[in-house]
Amino acid sequence: MAEKMELNEMEVWDGNMAASQALRQAQVDVVAAYPITPSTPIVQNYGSFLANGYIDGEFVMVESEHAAMSGCVGAAAAGGRVATATSSQGFALMAEVLYQASGMRLPIVLTVVNRALAAPLNVNGDHSDMYLGRDSGWIQLDAFNSQQAYDLTLMAFRIGEDHNVRLPVMVHQDGFITSHTAENVRPLSDDEAYEFVGDYKPMNAMLDLAKPVTYGVQTEEDWHFEHKARQHADLMTKVFGKVEEVFDAFAEKTGRKYNIVEEYLMDDAEVAIVALGTTVETAEMVAKMMREEGIKAGVVAPRLFRPWPYEQIKKALSKVKAVACLDRSSPNGALGALYNEVTASLYQSDNHPVITNYIYGLGGRDFTIDHAKEIFKELDANAKEGRPTTPLQQFVGLRGPKLSFY
Amino acid sequence: MSEMKKIKNLKEFSTSADRFEGANLLCPGCAHSIIVREILNATNDPLILSASTGCLEVCTAVYPYTSWDASWIHIGFENSSTAIAGAEAMYKTLKRKDRLPESCKGKSPKFVAFGGDGATYDIGFQWISGCFERGHDMMYVCLDNEVYANTGGQRSSATPIGASTTTSPAGRVSYGEKMNKKDMVQIMAAHGSPYVAQVAPNKWKDMIKKIQKGFATEGPVYINAMSACTTEWKFAPDDTIAVSDLAVDSLVFPLYEIENGTKLTITYRPKNKIPVRDYLGAQGRFKHLFKPEYEYLIDEWQKRVDDYWEYLQRREEAGV
Repeated sequence: MAEKMELNEMEVWDGNMAASQALRQAQVDVVAAYPITPSTPIVQNYGSFLANGYIDGEFVMVESEHAAMSGCVGAAAAGGRVATATSSQGFALMAEVLYQASGMRLPIVLTVVNRALAAPLNVNGDHSDMYLGRDSGWIQLDAFNSQQAYDLTLMAFRIGEDHNVRLPVMVHQDGFITSHTAENVRPLSDDEAYEFVGDYKPMNAMLDLAKPVTYGVQTEEDWHFEHKARQHADLMTKVFGKVEEVFDAFAEKTGRKYNIVEEYLMDDAEVAIVALGTTVETAEMVAKMMREEGIKAGVVAPRLFRPWPYEQIKKALSKVKAVACLDRSSPNGALGALYNEVTASLYQSDNHPVITNYIYGLGGRDFTIDHAKEIFKELDANAKEGRPTTPLQQFVGLRGPKLSFY
Repeated sequence: MSEMKKIKNLKEFSTSADRFEGANLLCPGCAHSIIVREILNATNDPLILSASTGCLEVCTAVYPYTSWDASWIHIGFENSSTAIAGAEAMYKTLKRKDRLPESCKGKSPKFVAFGGDGATYDIGFQWISGCFERGHDMMYVCLDNEVYANTGGQRSSATPIGASTTTSPAGRVSYGEKMNKKDMVQIMAAHGSPYVAQVAPNKWKDMIKKIQKGFATEGPVYINAMSACTTEWKFAPDDTIAVSDLAVDSLVFPLYEIENGTKLTITYRPKNKIPVRDYLGAQGRFKHLFKPEYEYLIDEWQKRVDDYWEYLQRREEAGV
């Protein structure tokens, strides 16, 4: 039996420690992991918990991220709670098995500390890895700070392991800005946290010898489509309700209320930034400042990136006149992913704001208050003109000649 | 708790309860199914199984059917080893936490991963190495047919020199595969594995002994199983056992085991050692070697087999 850890009402944790503490409190049965910057401390912290008697699950330090997810799939299919952590290149190496995990409906929790994808090699935060995972069939939750990384990791188990859902869940946080910044975090006690997550309830466990199961079958044109469609349908219909239910239960326990789409000053906002990760907090701060300059600014942030909250985004942006979608990943030959999703969501809506796209922060490039102010000012001009006054896609904070398209 | 299954004769052995069903899509005469049945029938203990993408996998788990009456998982081409290691880790945790399913309590399931030579020697090599270094309590079985048979006969690093495959074809200016076969058995022994063995399904008594020894061993066990491939080695489907006999009696596939990385024991010494030429001549994949210009390759091969046999005997004698 693992020892309980005495925690203070307020701890000073970075995002990595927040995630590792949540994994420890969830009493994960098997963690198969491989270290990679900037999520390495999650694995290190977990190893340290184990060495000091706070973990009684298996901790398998494998030889690659592909093996980490492979071990997780085998362990989850055997019938118990499973989690791991990764970033960037490790995430990319795992990609093959991410699809296998979701296709076999195994509720693994993956804490992803977002980092850029090479080349050129870069260890800092952007959302390239997060976007790489968006078609993999996982649920993707996004934390904007350490507290949220902790809260969402606990909630991820309860969402993914629900027998009606049975899907793996990624909890994202920004590399370094969240993962390595010590902040005040209010944890639950070990007992409260475990009680919230609940016991793991196995389903189709390989270790149930009375009922042997076959995992990972072959299907061709006869059945493959039906399997994929069923998985998609479950993502589209069963996840939103469950996420809301878990968010509500968590609010009841902690007073911290999460929403599928977070809104800030959106009641009367005329212009809005849509963003993910730590940028949300910067944008919120600047939205407040812009109000003093007479610009009715607001912020919309998808807490759930997959499944994409189509209806909630439509509702959140139902009154604005101009929207800026901020993508922290190189779209490499298209408009940004967030831009495309938001535009698609609003196309069928009664409101048709001017929507523009900003690519920013690649490889950890700072996104500053001034950058956000400039965007809000451009949005204000777009709102007043009722058409884009800038190119559709711009690059923020890039050196050299201004880069923009359309 | 587990107990060794007593097998007196072939009839008794072959009529054991099947956990691998005859209803599968493997080629008539495929040695894979013989090997798998011999392994599964060697124990009465529960089995948790995995397979890499390959002939065995695509022929035994085509939805909505399964040939497996034991829990079985396939993830990808490279990771049957790590899949079963993950399941083994989960078993250890749940046993410690007293949360095993009722049906599993007090039982000693054996964790077995299967992979072809492509999945073992090539694409899955790193995963197997990792599992063995970490010491999972599992058995890895390589179904070694020396070729990517499932995808139409491409060369792997288990393909022997001179074999004609679809990516190392014999042609006007080529005698086929140019590289010598990778020595996977020795590589796995070098991992310090407690038990490593080469087996052949035609020598079933030798094989059963080794499999049972493997199951009784704690830690990662590597079994290299020669799997004669009617389709890619190009011999008649009813000659599988005959070709397998030629393979072991020519010492192209010597049968031996290595304990704890060093203690080598030869487990089968042919009474009448036959020339390598006879083994090669029985298979279409080596047909071109019998042209006068390539005959020297057959002589070289004979020398390689003789040298290796000498090496095995010396190691056995020296106890290292």
